[in-house]
Amino acid sequence: MTNKPETSTAIDYVLQARDVAVYYGGFRAIKEIDLDVPRNQITALIGPSGSGKSTLLRCFNRMNDLVTGSSVAGKITFNGSDIYDHAVDPTEVRSRIGMVFQKPNPFPKSIFANVAFGLKINGFQGDLQEGVERSLKAAALWEDVKDRLHDGAQKLSGGQQQRLCIARALAVEPEVILMDEPASALDPLSTLKIEELMRDLSANYTIVIVTHNMQQAARVSDQTAFMTMDEDRAGHLVEIGPTNEIFTNPRNQKTEDYITGRFG
Amino acid sequence: MAFADRDRRFRPRLPRRKQWGTVVYALLVLSILVGIVGLVTLIAQVLLEGVGWLSLGFITNFSSRFPERAGVWAALWGTVWIMGITFLFAVPVGVGAAVYLEEYAPKNRLTRLIELNIANLAGVPSIVYGLLGLAVFISLLGLGRTLLTGGMTMGLLVMPIVIISSREAIRAVPSTHREAAYGLGATRFQVVMGVVLPQAVPGIMTGTILAMSRAIGEAAPMIAIAALTFVTFAPTGPMDRFTVLPIQIYNWVQDPREGFSGLAAAGIIVLLVVLLSMNAIAILIRNKTQTRSEE
Amino acid sequence: MASTNDTNQGQVPRFSLGRRRKGETTERLAHGLFLAAALVSVATTVGIVLTLFVQSVGFFSEISPWEFLTGTEWSPILKDENGARHYGVLPLVAGTMLVAVIAAALAIPTGVGIAIFLSEYAPDRVRKVLKPAIEVLAGIPTVVYGYFALTFVTPILRTIFPELIIFNALSAGLVMGLMIVPMISSLSEDAMVAVPRSLRQAAYALGATRFEVALRVVFPAALSGIVASFILAISRAIGETMLVTIAAGATPRMTLNPFESIQTMTAFIVQVSQGEAPRGSLEYNTLFAVGLLLFFMTLGMNVIGSIIVRRFRESY
Repeated sequence: MTNKPETSTAIDYVLQARDVAVYYGGFRAIKEIDLDVPRNQITALIGPSGSGKSTLLRCFNRMNDLVTGSSVAGKITFNGSDIYDHAVDPTEVRSRIGMVFQKPNPFPKSIFANVAFGLKINGFQGDLQEGVERSLKAAALWEDVKDRLHDGAQKLSGGQQQRLCIARALAVEPEVILMDEPASALDPLSTLKIEELMRDLSANYTIVIVTHNMQQAARVSDQTAFMTMDEDRAGHLVEIGPTNEIFTNPRNQKTEDYITGRFG
Repeated sequence: MAFADRDRRFRPRLPRRKQWGTVVYALLVLSILVGIVGLVTLIAQVLLEGVGWLSLGFITNFSSRFPERAGVWAALWGTVWIMGITFLFAVPVGVGAAVYLEEYAPKNRLTRLIELNIANLAGVPSIVYGLLGLAVFISLLGLGRTLLTGGMTMGLLVMPIVIISSREAIRAVPSTHREAAYGLGATRFQVVMGVVLPQAVPGIMTGTILAMSRAIGEAAPMIAIAALTFVTFAPTGPMDRFTVLPIQIYNWVQDPREGFSGLAAAGIIVLLVVLLSMNAIAILIRNKTQTRSEE
Repeated sequence: MASTNDTNQGQVPRFSLGRRRKGETTERLAHGLFLAAALVSVATTVGIVLTLFVQSVGFFSEISPWEFLTGTEWSPILKDENGARHYGVLPLVAGTMLVAVIAAALAIPTGVGIAIFLSEYAPDRVRKVLKPAIEVLAGIPTVVYGYFALTFVTPILRTIFPELIIFNALSAGLVMGLMIVPMISSLSEDAMVAVPRSLRQAAYALGATRFEVALRVVFPAALSGIVASFILAISRAIGETMLVTIAAGATPRMTLNPFESIQTMTAFIVQVSQGEAPRGSLEYNTLFAVGLLLFFMTLGMNVIGSIIVRRFRESY
């Protein structure tokens, strides 16, 4: 049972999905997704593995396009414009909607070059040094690396590398940052740092995070969406709502089962 | 964050970058074309010039001053003999070395040295092997400019290939099979002969065929040990003098007289047909054994 | 029916001590034989090095290494108008390098282009056909390439450059380039395919186009493997014999002009082996002096190439 969000003009939705389905060849991976992502808030997608959370996330920046044989049905809008319109270049979508991945994946270049990469690709008109510094500060990494900007990124710890990846994404000034289980490969201390960073960033950026860690979703997000796999092995959206409502008083039995640990 | 004026800060110039992308793609396709066109042109040239000279007589005749009467009989037999001796020399020793490195060798400095050594030998120019054969087999051991010398020289040349591919084949045998055998009380030798080698045989065979393909086309080391170039007899024993197909081809290529270029092309066709068949057999073996292991 | 073998009481157990001792000899013998087989490869290297050195000692007892390595005239067999012979090896080295450089100039862009195409652009179906097709180039015997250079490439080049003589470095170099393309494309492709997918994804997620991902992320990441392939391919070009013997000429000459006829180190060795040089003579020994130089050049390049390959494999 989908919890349809109210189309209210009072809430500013930066991303909206209507009846979205994703097919890999003939197989339907997710179906009937209706989702609204409010601006400058953190939206969490939770659910058991295989429920299609990452698949849905990757629709928002058209990363699914890179998988051969995949197709997306339905409508996804960014600031009101359909991002799957045939006139839209996915490259442009990706420079407006950034992504941070589960395992930190800095380029085998220097710290500086990693952050500057997105700036150069997208034709940044300002001073490269300033842009890099701004992004590293926004990712709470500047103090750690300011004296060794030209060291290799591989020399950083796991948590630092992930913050570097966040800085790299921030440099391009995306309005939305998609995070696919950004802390699952990190130790607990680094995880907390990332969560703190997320809350700071949400003042200026919209964040959508996929996480299998319910406590993390409860700690960090403003809105939570619960997805699960149906009998036909397609993921669908069970329920979506304000985080504390979802976790204290879910409307759907399946949601409650998952949250209380009865399954998943 | 004022995203409204983001467009002032970034000028992504997507259309221009897309154009560059097309240019790059065109260049990449061009490089593929260079390779393919080169290959096709080569084969076409060989076929066009050589097909006219192919005949039964070409196979059964000996070399001759008269191109119409010339043939590869001596060279073919020489090649067969050399292949045989190379095989007898390189395969047992090469497989034996592979077995040692995979099943017996401790991980110490000597082993590392041997491995490094083999890797280096694989990169030594083939003519240096010819010099080795000249100095050791002919001068030192007095074996003369014979098939035996040629076969052993060639054997040394291809041995690294046999060793490397045999090692891969042996390594591919799952360790669980070895452990099961050891668990039953088998000695290392018994495990090698009874479990590892039988399973590695297809891989070893493909590797051997690879090595033989290399040997068949090599002229340089054979020239260095002075295999003959004008031979009017088929060798009958390992102490005979000989020539091989690539040397016969080389000879004809160098001959500026009318018709010899075509002879060379015909000889090349024969050589390539033999090579093609060998590789086809190797691929067949590999496919057959791969599907079996998937059962 | 009770078998008499059933009653085991009081009899010697089946695995007798005597049997084990016999098994042990077999084991030791096998171990020894296998070790001996492995040592044959060591013996080969020792043989090569000793041979080259010992015979070269004979050469260098008459000709100083300095003259050998720095002399710019090479005519160890023919006497010049003053009746003197010359033993400066540089013309041979120059000829070898000229052909190798021309080959590299063709093979490197082509090989890298093929590698990038196969690794980053080609769909699976296309790759399955193209990759083995390019590999065929590697399996063709070099006499065939020599034939191709002499009977096809040279005539065509002569229509473009009428002043080109039949035996020249350009034809040989170009065909040599074609021959070493698979080495470069195959090793470079391996290096690029080894770059993890996650790096490509990160680049795409920043708004990069496909060629930007290929050239600005994957290619730099694979660079050490790619450079190693260049070195190994050039080493092969240096050691190649039949192609240059057939097509590049037999005139040792200190020149950088690809239109001229030259002689490579390998072609010289072929020339002298076909001759009648008596064993132990200075002429005979030149074979090994040149062979020694050739051996060290290729060995050096192969070692550098392997070191680079090993270093890039470790980074992942």
